[in-house]
Amino acid sequence: MGETPHRSADAGTGGTRVTQSHEWPAGASARVAEAPVSTRSPGGTGLGGGGALPRSRKFGAERAFRGLTLAAGTAVLVIIAAIAIFLIAKAVPALRANTENFWTYEGWSPNETEPKFGIGTLAFGTVLSAALALLMAVPVALGIALYLSHYAPRRLGTALGFLIDLLAAVPSVVFGLWGRDIFINPVRDFSVWLNKYFSWLPIFGGDGPFGKSIMLGALVLAIMVLPIITSLSREVFLQTPTANEEAALALGATRWEMLRTAVLPYGRPGIIAAMMLGLGRALGETIALAMTLGITFGVSFNLIQSGGNTIAANIANAFGEANETGRGALIASGLVLFTITLIVNITARAIIHRRREFTESAA
Amino acid sequence: MTTTVTSHRTRPPAQPDSLRAKRLPWYAAPAIAVAALALSAVIVYGTGVGGLVLVVVLGAILYLVGLFAAANAVEGRRSARNRTWSALIHSAFVLAVLPLVSVVWTLVSKGAERFDANFFQTSMNNIGARDANGGAYHAIVGTLEQVGIATVITVPLGVLCAIYIVEYGRGKFAFAIRFFVDVMTGIPSIVSGLFVLAFWVLVVSPWFNDGRPSFSGFAAALALSVLMLPTIVRSTEEMLRLVPAPLREGAYALGVPKWKTILRVVVPTALPGIVTGVMLAIARAAGETAPVLLVAGGGAAINTNPFENNQSSLSLFVYQQAGDASKYAPARAWTAALTLVALVLILTIAAKLLARRNRLSR
Repeated sequence: MGETPHRSADAGTGGTRVTQSHEWPAGASARVAEAPVSTRSPGGTGLGGGGALPRSRKFGAERAFRGLTLAAGTAVLVIIAAIAIFLIAKAVPALRANTENFWTYEGWSPNETEPKFGIGTLAFGTVLSAALALLMAVPVALGIALYLSHYAPRRLGTALGFLIDLLAAVPSVVFGLWGRDIFINPVRDFSVWLNKYFSWLPIFGGDGPFGKSIMLGALVLAIMVLPIITSLSREVFLQTPTANEEAALALGATRWEMLRTAVLPYGRPGIIAAMMLGLGRALGETIALAMTLGITFGVSFNLIQSGGNTIAANIANAFGEANETGRGALIASGLVLFTITLIVNITARAIIHRRREFTESAA
Repeated sequence: MTTTVTSHRTRPPAQPDSLRAKRLPWYAAPAIAVAALALSAVIVYGTGVGGLVLVVVLGAILYLVGLFAAANAVEGRRSARNRTWSALIHSAFVLAVLPLVSVVWTLVSKGAERFDANFFQTSMNNIGARDANGGAYHAIVGTLEQVGIATVITVPLGVLCAIYIVEYGRGKFAFAIRFFVDVMTGIPSIVSGLFVLAFWVLVVSPWFNDGRPSFSGFAAALALSVLMLPTIVRSTEEMLRLVPAPLREGAYALGVPKWKTILRVVVPTALPGIVTGVMLAIARAAGETAPVLLVAGGGAAINTNPFENNQSSLSLFVYQQAGDASKYAPARAWTAALTLVALVLILTIAAKLLARRNRLSR
């Protein structure tokens, strides 16, 4: 039994798998129906074969190439494992030297002879700013995505979608610079106004100074993740089967009812995935927040007073003057960030894996 | 059920009025908008709580309320909802366009100030706080070298990994690789910087450098590789999956071994898509600041050797100039930002145009 026919049958399987995973609305069922015909039961004998076929060799180019690709695939696992191992190895000595509780202490002075540092305030700031950013960005992003996919004229929608994709590629340092130099002025005015009329709300209280606040950071972050969420959810909305949309319209639905009954339910997993990816991006964002937050240590829900800090921004800011323990402490905080983003990402991926077709633009 | 006829555009011409649903006249929406703005101006300036921005915001809210009330009264509840949501979706678009336009406008207007030959020919070496000139030559060199090395590392690795996932991988191991590539996509850039700091700068580089840890452009390239690898694997994987099965089967039928089929038939067919993915990955890596800050250290002088001593990069240059107290620093920062965005956008646009010409496109 030669190996060539076996491979050929395998390739056929690979081919049908392709069509199955890229299910298109039109004609998809037909292709899937054909699939079992060319699928070869595992362990069964291949078709044809004969003495003229080349015999499989133990050390041939085939095996070498296969081994090479296997090694490349394994490299990914090795890198992930190495990230965890090296971060833990460097973090543990610093954590041992810490004289305060790593989880609850409010402050970051690991460079002293008695190192004191705590992740609590930083993790709080990270989660708060990312959550606020998402809260502001998601409704707007979904609105734009719906506008581009179902309201705008087709050519305009395509052109603007292209533009949004470009904006997703603008480096974060540019947004940070813009937020610190330009955007801070309207935000400061707005903060003063909020403080004047709404200071009875704790989140808008305080006596200033205003400006480099959680609000500025979260707004800049929201503007940064906006294009990402928009472009992902636009792709999802565009994939809604036309038949579903037309069925809704034919039953007399208004355009909004059509969106609510056909487009949004179909796109829900994709929307959730886009949100989670945006959240992952927001949690890990470094430079833009290092430039727009007022770097303080403390747990406060006040949004408009100067202050706020995140794990990533703290790493960028404190790295310059860190000694060995300081570096270890920063690496420990990075490990916490890594864990948080890992949880968020694995959750997002688990949601996406249920609906494979939405992942195509997720990279 | 005549009340549910709400299709706006395709109105049959010769339908008697009694059968059609009642509709707001065309001038209703602008009239409500004007009334809302006027009312809002009266409220805001009458009580003195704010300025023009508040007038617009309050006016928009009043417009939505008024539109809903008017449509509800004339056309019914469902149509009123439709109109309100439509207005909300349009306003979301306007709301988001404002800051993004501001970013682009600031970038161009402020960046043009120092966009001259001197900026691209000099470094920041011996440039004091009172010197108006100084440029980003060293940073551009750094960016190009770091991204170049990262590309050389990740392209073969990423493409081979994608080939394994698509062509060879079966079962749990391949699934694990797929899954961790997905997870790797979400690693924050600062964490990849910390990883290379802990691994290369603190542990490996002392072997080459008399026992002292040393920053280098190569370390930055490693950190960028960690960020680029998953992007390249994912896009290559998608493209390989789009290669039609009959092409493979044709090659097998001619007796071509699998590895040769992959290298000579599958990969060339998917090549434009792979190149697109690589270019997008490069564009993303070129804009990363945090890892370069942690492991390349930055520097003012031109350093063309990526394996020794500090190196800067364009994004790090922007960050450092933004933190500089000199009154000439902001102009340099904005010009460097403009250069960086131009570089990234050219790569992205080229990649997208290439993707559009791709025969295998989705």
